Amino acid sequence: MIALKLAFRNLFGAGLRTWLNVFVLSFAFVIIVFVNGMLDGWNRQAYNDTKDWVAGNGQLWHAAYDPYDPFCLQDAHAPVTGKISGLVKSGQITPVLITQASIFPGGGMQNILLRGIDTAQRIIRIPSASLKASGEGIPAVVGKRMAAAAKLKKGDRVLMQWRDKNGTFDAKEIYIAEIFSANVPSIDNGQVWISLHELQKITGLENQATLFVAGGQYAGGDVDNWVFRDLKFLMKDIDAVMAAKKSGTSMVYILLLALALLAIFDTQVLSVFRRQKEIGTYIALGMTRGRVVGIFTAEGTVISILAIIAGFIYGIPLLMLIQKTGIPMPGSVDDYGLAISDKIFPYYSIGLMMSTVVLVIISATIVSYLPARRISKINPTEALKGKIQ
Amino acid sequence: MSDNPIISITGLSRRFRMGAGDFTALHDINLTFKEGEFAGLVGPSGSGKTTLLNIIGSLDIPSEGEAIVLGKSVATLSHKESAMLRNIHIGFVFQTYNLLPVYTVFENVEFALLLQKKNAAERKKAVMEALEWVGLTDKERSRPAQLSGGECQRVAIARAMVKRPSLVLADEPSANLDAQNSHHIVQTMKRLNRELKTTFIFATHDEKVMKYLDRIITLIDGRVDKDVFVESSKN
Repeated sequence: MIALKLAFRNLFGAGLRTWLNVFVLSFAFVIIVFVNGMLDGWNRQAYNDTKDWVAGNGQLWHAAYDPYDPFCLQDAHAPVTGKISGLVKSGQITPVLITQASIFPGGGMQNILLRGIDTAQRIIRIPSASLKASGEGIPAVVGKRMAAAAKLKKGDRVLMQWRDKNGTFDAKEIYIAEIFSANVPSIDNGQVWISLHELQKITGLENQATLFVAGGQYAGGDVDNWVFRDLKFLMKDIDAVMAAKKSGTSMVYILLLALALLAIFDTQVLSVFRRQKEIGTYIALGMTRGRVVGIFTAEGTVISILAIIAGFIYGIPLLMLIQKTGIPMPGSVDDYGLAISDKIFPYYSIGLMMSTVVLVIISATIVSYLPARRISKINPTEALKGKIQ
Repeated sequence: MSDNPIISITGLSRRFRMGAGDFTALHDINLTFKEGEFAGLVGPSGSGKTTLLNIIGSLDIPSEGEAIVLGKSVATLSHKESAMLRNIHIGFVFQTYNLLPVYTVFENVEFALLLQKKNAAERKKAVMEALEWVGLTDKERSRPAQLSGGECQRVAIARAMVKRPSLVLADEPSANLDAQNSHHIVQTMKRLNRELKTTFIFATHDEKVMKYLDRIITLIDGRVDKDVFVESSKN
């Protein structure tokens, strides 16, 4: 306690030197919170968007379904019968049928995944109600990325070719009933959504589905031959990308923190050298060497505490403003392949704040202790004269 | 002055390693100091005055022989025990004052009491009393940089005396002071010696200080050359 009290006195007495260290460390503290808050905000947004647009509360997959293997789609479907049919009727899950097809926008050919979804479903946010037939051609909805890639606008008509269950080619015109804006590229890029009933009819896969998306009422678990994929499984790609992003960006703040800690370390090394007389005086006045080491170490701890206080004073209003306004993301980040909105809204959790506070205090204390250890070997009679080299 | 010996030094030598060989700073010193003495170690530079003072103050240990200070053998004390001895029983006054520059006069004097974990009220009372002894109550909020050399040394005396130690060791306390300030601070210490019965041991070669000493021990080349008790001293 005395060490902390004396450390406070010493630091406040030291003036500018203290405040420079405090400022640099507080800046590192705010940046660490900001960068991690950005990633956490991004993660939460990606997680929520993926859940709302794709995953629901989990999915039941046909045993042969593999989202990374388009050739599996030929076999990855089965009739909606028995227990699973009851779940569909009770609205706990909604079926999706997926097949390969091609469209011919502007004379060129583009391979697509053709997804059929129940027009009455409310489990995921695909605007399926727009898929109800109301004229010539098959109504379809596409995402903004798909629309941009194929140069499609709402109301456009485009020829679509597919194979039915016997492998026979067929073609018909679809018209774009709606273009939706989702942050999830996996339901947008190269995807065309039509009515499930229509897709079952044109492929001859009557009453069949590739997967089911579960709503909030579904308790989970496999049903007959349908394998339940929970959110943890469905989000593993996001988690992997986030983990990779986190380790990449953590280098930035580790470097920044290292610079701030280097400033403290440098100050402490200089202090042990320049304040020899003071160290000798402490010992002459009755302090043990250990206690003097404690004062110098506590000075680093106090700098980190002051830095955190300063960081809270100027950082919280700044971080809250950013949290409110969000950070615009460049279009190229879509290439990451996971849900990224136009703006990321950082999320600062108590856990993030507390872990950053602990990280800053512990690391500042350690870098202060390392040079201060030398004091325990100082000869007080030499220190009193200021003769130690 | 009481007859109780406060310091007993027998056969004390102190050697320092210098390059390939040793340098002997003190040879076979035998001295006894009684409670309430106002004594001085005098002699030219390099005669071993400060070395002896450092050993008495348990800042250093003898290479040979024994120094028993307040009943404790300096050589056998652990770091913690010697720190405790200094903190409670020994006050130091240095040539260059050694005040803590970022502290106020009050905080500098208060320091030793903080280590003794005295409460705030006790500390304040003791500090103000010590500042009164040295006539600096009006400077309690000043920092050392705002004081003259004489005032700094008076603060150092207050810091040494505030804990009411049994022994004060003053190493060339007047070396950086003018004649008037030198007389003033030695007179102050002499007064405290009489009033509080504190033992003072000086290391000095200042004639002005010597005039006030009750006992003058002359060291030459690390040996006791003369040990003279002066019958009466000024003030």
